[in-house]
Amino acid sequence: MRDFAFDMATGPSVGRQRDEQQPLLEACNIGFTARGEQLLHNVDIAIRQGSRTLIVGPNGAGKSLLLRLLHGLLQPSDGKVLWQGNALNAKAQRAQAMVFQRPVLLRRSVFANMKFALSVRGLRGQKRSDKILSALASAGLSHLSNRPARVLSGGEQQRLAVVRALACDPELLFLDEPTANLDPASTAAIEELVRDASARGVTIVLVTHDVGQARRLGEDLVFLQDGHVAESGPAQKILTEPQSEPARAWREGRIYLGPNTQSLCDFPGSKL
Amino acid sequence: MSSFWDALAGSFGLVIALDPDLMEIIGLSMRVTLTAVFLACLIGLPLGAAAGTFRFPGRTLLSVVLNALMGLPPVVVGLFVYLLLSASGPLGPLRLLYTPTAMIIAQMVIVTPIVAALTRQVVEDFNSEYAEQFASMGVGPLDRLMSLLWDGRYSLLTVALAGFGRAVAEVGAVIIVGGNINHVTRVMTTTIALETSKGNLQLAMALGIVLLTIAFVVNACVMGLRATAVRSAYA
Repeated sequence: MRDFAFDMATGPSVGRQRDEQQPLLEACNIGFTARGEQLLHNVDIAIRQGSRTLIVGPNGAGKSLLLRLLHGLLQPSDGKVLWQGNALNAKAQRAQAMVFQRPVLLRRSVFANMKFALSVRGLRGQKRSDKILSALASAGLSHLSNRPARVLSGGEQQRLAVVRALACDPELLFLDEPTANLDPASTAAIEELVRDASARGVTIVLVTHDVGQARRLGEDLVFLQDGHVAESGPAQKILTEPQSEPARAWREGRIYLGPNTQSLCDFPGSKL
Repeated sequence: MSSFWDALAGSFGLVIALDPDLMEIIGLSMRVTLTAVFLACLIGLPLGAAAGTFRFPGRTLLSVVLNALMGLPPVVVGLFVYLLLSASGPLGPLRLLYTPTAMIIAQMVIVTPIVAALTRQVVEDFNSEYAEQFASMGVGPLDRLMSLLWDGRYSLLTVALAGFGRAVAEVGAVIIVGGNINHVTRVMTTTIALETSKGNLQLAMALGIVLLTIAFVVNACVMGLRATAVRSAYA
């Protein structure tokens, strides 16, 4: 059954162009099975154009897997992913970009990393150089332009990964826990880049398990638990009044152990 | 024992005096080996990279074959190339037997599987790291292949070095197809074998010293380059 929470408008932001009728991206009852184990069950969500959607949940809930399925890096075992109402194809995939939890940077300079990404999109010459310089400036990385990308700090590497993705002018940006293992200053810098992109109309789908980040960035929220959508809807609503026990446990920083399990002591055979 | 020291002293004398015969042999050896390694890299790098990057029917079989061919017995290669190039062979009309070209072909046949198999391993490791990012960016197959080869360039230098080491030390195959003809196809390894059998230890040892020095210098250069690359996070 479709999670209609995403059809509830949270109010258009300044400078945002929204199309409330047609979701930009839809997961229609998608499931994913690997080695006989079903890892994702009947996920049915729609991502509104220009929105900031957070996919949250505990470790192993299937957040990163869902992101890969939405981006077309993996094919669902059941259901389908639609881009503007049509099947997700290579052209649609090129309108998207993804930033991984551990930034994947080429063994080249910062500038060359940017150059590669833009070359793949067919940009050449002065136009490409100008775009690279302006993108690096927007992330405060201009002074590192000639440095090997892999000697940058973790925060700088992730900022580079984000601006590299944004330089390709995606309509939708996927971010898979982009601030995991980063210090607060680096986290703030990444969130600033995400907010700027969102203000320019880029649709954001971000995986996180950081409650604070969910509060700061979330407009829409999908809560995953054991491969199921436990709850979805406007982020503020779920964060203030979660309806499901897994979401409540996550918000309160507790481990959700199951429907009839309050603590580790409740497990059969537990000696705690 | 004194003959050993005499031979060693005499060999250094030949090297220091830049003996013309010695220089000719070294020159031909380097020309044959470097050409063979270059051609082997031209074939082996893209072949290995394709095997390490793309999924296609027979990929596993190709990897098994490449790995198996790394241990090709040189004399068997020599015999195979000899049969190909001999007057009654399919390439006989080209009249390449007992020429440096025949030696290049033999060395190339020996070195190509080594370059391809090691390249496959290197590129496969890089690809496992880059695959999702490339798929996300929509990188095409050719760009992907070239990028993996470029980013793996320092590791692939070591691969080329392994090929060079095998080629420069080759005796069996080149003696069969080259014939060890003086001033035509005589290279360092075949000369060492011949001169030792003749008892001319000075020239044999001089060539041995040069061969070892070349191997040492090339290894040192590549290792230095690779260490620099690792420090700069390019490798």
